[in-house]
Amino acid sequence: MRLINRRPGRGSALALLLLPFIVIVAVYFTSSSLRLAANPDDKLLPSAAQMRDAVAQFAFTDDVRTGERLLWADTASSLRRLGIGLAISATVSLVAGIAMGSIPLVAATLSPFVTVLSMIPPLAVLPILFIVLGLDELSKVALIAIGITPMMVRDLQQRAREIPNEVWIKAQTLGATSWTLILRVIVPQLVPRLLVALRLSLCSAWLFLIAVEAIASTDGLGYRIFLMRRYLAMDVILPYVMWITLLAWLIDEVLRQITQRLFPWYGGGAR
Amino acid sequence: MIEVRNVWKTYGEQVVLERLNLTVAPGEFCSMVGASGCGKSTFLRLLLGQERATRGEILLDGRPLSGEPDADRGVVFQRYSVFEHLTVMRNVLLGLELPHATRTGRLFGARRREATAQAVAMLERVGLGAALDKYPHQLSGGMQQRLAIAQALVMKPRMLLLDEPFGALDPGIRKDMHELLLALWRETGLTIFMVTHDLKEGFALGSRVLVFDKVRVDPQAPGAYGARITYNLPLQRGSGTPRPDSAHPVRPVAMPARTDIPT
Repeated sequence: MRLINRRPGRGSALALLLLPFIVIVAVYFTSSSLRLAANPDDKLLPSAAQMRDAVAQFAFTDDVRTGERLLWADTASSLRRLGIGLAISATVSLVAGIAMGSIPLVAATLSPFVTVLSMIPPLAVLPILFIVLGLDELSKVALIAIGITPMMVRDLQQRAREIPNEVWIKAQTLGATSWTLILRVIVPQLVPRLLVALRLSLCSAWLFLIAVEAIASTDGLGYRIFLMRRYLAMDVILPYVMWITLLAWLIDEVLRQITQRLFPWYGGGAR
Repeated sequence: MIEVRNVWKTYGEQVVLERLNLTVAPGEFCSMVGASGCGKSTFLRLLLGQERATRGEILLDGRPLSGEPDADRGVVFQRYSVFEHLTVMRNVLLGLELPHATRTGRLFGARRREATAQAVAMLERVGLGAALDKYPHQLSGGMQQRLAIAQALVMKPRMLLLDEPFGALDPGIRKDMHELLLALWRETGLTIFMVTHDLKEGFALGSRVLVFDKVRVDPQAPGAYGARITYNLPLQRGSGTPRPDSAHPVRPVAMPARTDIPT
């Protein structure tokens, strides 16, 4: 049988799914124990016990200096920045994307402008944000919003244009004005697509969040791992990276579930 | 009464329609047939207001048709005629809400209940009474077209425009749809224009068949001449055969039998 036609059964699918994870865990802990056997003070590949102790210290012990449990405090401030940034981007792109995708006069005015804007590397704007907005929360949220909004606006404009011409015409024959057509047909059809665009932007949003926290912050997940780098504290950095990965996956999954539950018609209910 | 006066449609150098003249009485069912690319769909778009005539004018009861689609003209396309994000009932309800709620696009309270009852009655008439809460993607192609027809008819438009409405349906279902459409046409007395590539369908349904064809063809410049309505055949309703004595060919030719009409 050709390789392209062989499909795994249910049991072997699960085994195949777990395989890469098991391999990487096995390779890691083998190398870790070999290095630690040679040098018990090695910091590069900490053992499971060392990481567990670090997690216990950061997640379940009050910090001596701040009196907070650092992992949760970091998570809260990072998620707040991420959440506000994503909310601003989603609102702006829904309004701008739909206006540009529905109204040719707006598209003619703004479309090339947004295309140029989206070419600016957001991190190159960061110094300007720091100078203009200061070093506290506003500039961090602004970087996330500036980083992902232009692409989301363009995406939504494109999705609005992909709505078949027949739909636009039909709504007009039902007596819709420009406003009610957008309100009753275009917006409802585009909200699930906005959620999809948001999911695709999550990766960049995390990137900008960690970057801005690494450069100018006193808390947050990105701040912590860059701070720990100074002490070569891999036993803290590795659990933090895994935690960030888990959070990113969870947010993506929640958005996917929301899309499926609230918009059963979207993608024939299958996507 | 719909009058088409010397209508031309050109795209740049390309002439698609030339010198169309036509008068259609209220309540006629005009089937528009012809080869692909001979402008019958373009003519439908002109009637719909989706495009504007390059020259000439189209009058509805003596007044020029507005240059954009409006509630006077209902339409059913071959695909994408219904709103995928609304249930069957709300698809029909939308048309009753939009003209009366210019700010929110929604009706509330007693007016909404009234509109809902009207929508449900319309849906029951087209045989979708059992599918009110389904989404369009859960319906078969034929049921989606029933929904599209209900959505258009509930508006009580001055004319109904159909662009190959049954082109994507199975033959058996198409026959059911023909019966439904004819019954609705008789009940409402609506003026209908239907584009079809199926000659048999055109003759089976129409009270008048309009044949679109190019009269002049320049092989060196295929776009130089446009199509015209070469035959305008009133049919005796029900018999499905043209009455040669009252046909109005544009140029003097022998009246072809049904099967000889160029497609």
